[in-house]
Amino acid sequence: MKVEAWILLSLGSFFGLTAAVYWFWGHENAGGVMIFAAMLLCFVPGSYYYWWSRRMRARPEDDPNATQAQGAGVVGAFPGTSIWPFTLGMGAFFVVLALVFGIWFLVPGLGLVVWALFGGTAEGRRGGTQ
Amino acid sequence: MTDVLDPPVAAEVHDPAHEEHHGPTGFLKWITTTDHKVIGMSYTVTAVIMMVIGGAFAEIIRVQLSAPNNSLVSFAQYNELFTMHGSVMIYLFAGPFAFGALANIIVPIQIGAPDMAFPRLNALSYWLYLTGSITVLSGFFVAGGAASFGWVAYAPLSNSINTPGAGADLWIGGLLLTGFSAIFTGVNLCATIFYLRAPGMTMFRMPIFTWNMLVTAILILLAFPVLTAGLIMLYCDRHFGTHIFSVPGGGVPVLWQHIFWFWGHPEVYILALPFFGMVTEIIPVFSRKPVFGYKGMVFATMTIGALSLGVWAHHMFTTGVVLLPFFSIMSLLIAVPTGIKMFNWIGTMWRGEIWFSTAMLMAIGFLFTFLVGGITGIYLASPPLDFFTHDTYFVVAHFHSIVMALVLGAMGGLYYWGPKMTGYLLNETIGKVQFWFLFIGTQVFTLPGYLLGLRGMPRRVPVYPLHPSWQFLNQLSTVGAIMIGISTVAFMVNIVYSWKKYPAGDNPWDGHTLEWFTTSPPPHHNFYRLPRIRSERPTWDYNHPDHAAAEHGHHDKNPVA
Repeated sequence: MKVEAWILLSLGSFFGLTAAVYWFWGHENAGGVMIFAAMLLCFVPGSYYYWWSRRMRARPEDDPNATQAQGAGVVGAFPGTSIWPFTLGMGAFFVVLALVFGIWFLVPGLGLVVWALFGGTAEGRRGGTQ
Repeated sequence: MTDVLDPPVAAEVHDPAHEEHHGPTGFLKWITTTDHKVIGMSYTVTAVIMMVIGGAFAEIIRVQLSAPNNSLVSFAQYNELFTMHGSVMIYLFAGPFAFGALANIIVPIQIGAPDMAFPRLNALSYWLYLTGSITVLSGFFVAGGAASFGWVAYAPLSNSINTPGAGADLWIGGLLLTGFSAIFTGVNLCATIFYLRAPGMTMFRMPIFTWNMLVTAILILLAFPVLTAGLIMLYCDRHFGTHIFSVPGGGVPVLWQHIFWFWGHPEVYILALPFFGMVTEIIPVFSRKPVFGYKGMVFATMTIGALSLGVWAHHMFTTGVVLLPFFSIMSLLIAVPTGIKMFNWIGTMWRGEIWFSTAMLMAIGFLFTFLVGGITGIYLASPPLDFFTHDTYFVVAHFHSIVMALVLGAMGGLYYWGPKMTGYLLNETIGKVQFWFLFIGTQVFTLPGYLLGLRGMPRRVPVYPLHPSWQFLNQLSTVGAIMIGISTVAFMVNIVYSWKKYPAGDNPWDGHTLEWFTTSPPPHHNFYRLPRIRSERPTWDYNHPDHAAAEHGHHDKNPVA
């Protein structure tokens, strides 16, 4: 986990340096704010990973001498087939069409989105269809 | 060998009764799948269709420009064509092909993962990409035609007075959808690479392609939200009466350029890094050597990612309101990591036992073409030269050298990983015909553009006056574009000709990385068993125990001889 943390922290530090130089030299607000935000976007997960990496035992994937047996067991829940991503995608499609062709497209659009949110959540609680 | 093959991981993840996987088939399988390989194949097919559509626009543009004062298309149609050519190629082909198609299929297999970290989110990414593509392209079927303000949509040209009509709104809406699709794929790739690696697959044993996709995914997460925010602001300016980008209401048009290029320049590396990664996978395998300078490659990738957020305004030198020295220095610095990569690619081939397969030829063609594009990019990073060549065909030729290099890399990736994705090889003879048409066509297409630009031909013009040298160079460029079209036809012919004809087997290229350890195509959840991972080449180590690698820097320099 340490390498993952250092990748994000070093990228974030570089963006911080760039933001400082640009802010005081460039006198242009939009770009300065955007690089500063990029720094935060690296520091927030990076510092979390760093904090967590000091409190956990090295995972098998961090151990250069790990055997495959150390990775045995359930690595995660992987859902089988699911219709809800398609439903949600079509809902988003209709919402975007509402931006162009008229507000009434929001009715099927938001309807599909809400339906997919409920359906997907319920399916997730059951652990997927497998 | 008892301890080399450790107990299987996939079977533990998923009990063997499910390996048969009696899921739905046909259309129902397509719309309900959450398997990263099926989603990746959908992405691949959709992205290649987009490439053909965008390429058809390009051919019409080139034929229009093959004679002075030509009238194949009207001026309005020409504006739509070059706008949609750029939009389709950048937003709907190159990016999704890289991180949606090949990365989606290959990254989880390369690190020994059973699937992407969020399979349903992955499926949602595809549906947003497909519907977004349909939305952008449907602009051709509404009154007023498709978006016609260039793929960069500069304010104030993109406001509701200068570009009225539904086509522009469909363009904005479609890019919102594909933008979210990219963001979700970025989240998925980061989480997969951080959390689903196989035991022993430390970060510094990941294949370079996976490293490049990690940096690409981080760049997606940094850049794409900015574009999405900008598009929403643009929509508000067009329809809700805000004045964010309009001068009469107190807005700042250049703000659009800042926002667009703050996405747009990282996007250049979001497009390029995956193809760098593909080439870095292909060259070592077909040179029969480990990659030269693994850590240097990782460092170069990280450096490109870091610098890419500080170079956006080199697209805006001629606006006169940006900090020229800062952006010039940052842009020139990018040549350093790119140079490291070039050096390492050549170092990998050096004294290797090179197998000139189609994939390898495409990778070498990539190196050459990318070098031409990269060096002219260094010219453009210098403000005095940029003032002279901005918005001329010099710039067009520069970025077409780059993106055509990426197309060569993409084709190399398809020839290299196609057998893993489908289980069948493509015909090598037709592949080499395709390569030579694509490679020579690319040079004939782009190199006249540099001269045209230096002689003053502006970009985005539908006609030009009778001028002997402009006319000849334009005709040459059109010939090159038609050769590239022929290469695409050769690719289609190859797919039809080779359809299920040459079974690939698990490891047709004697590959290095984990994807060549499993079957072609891989089973549900990818692996029945995994080898012991002690270097960045676990499959090679398993197949060649005599030449098994130690840590980095201790490889046998000439393992086959």
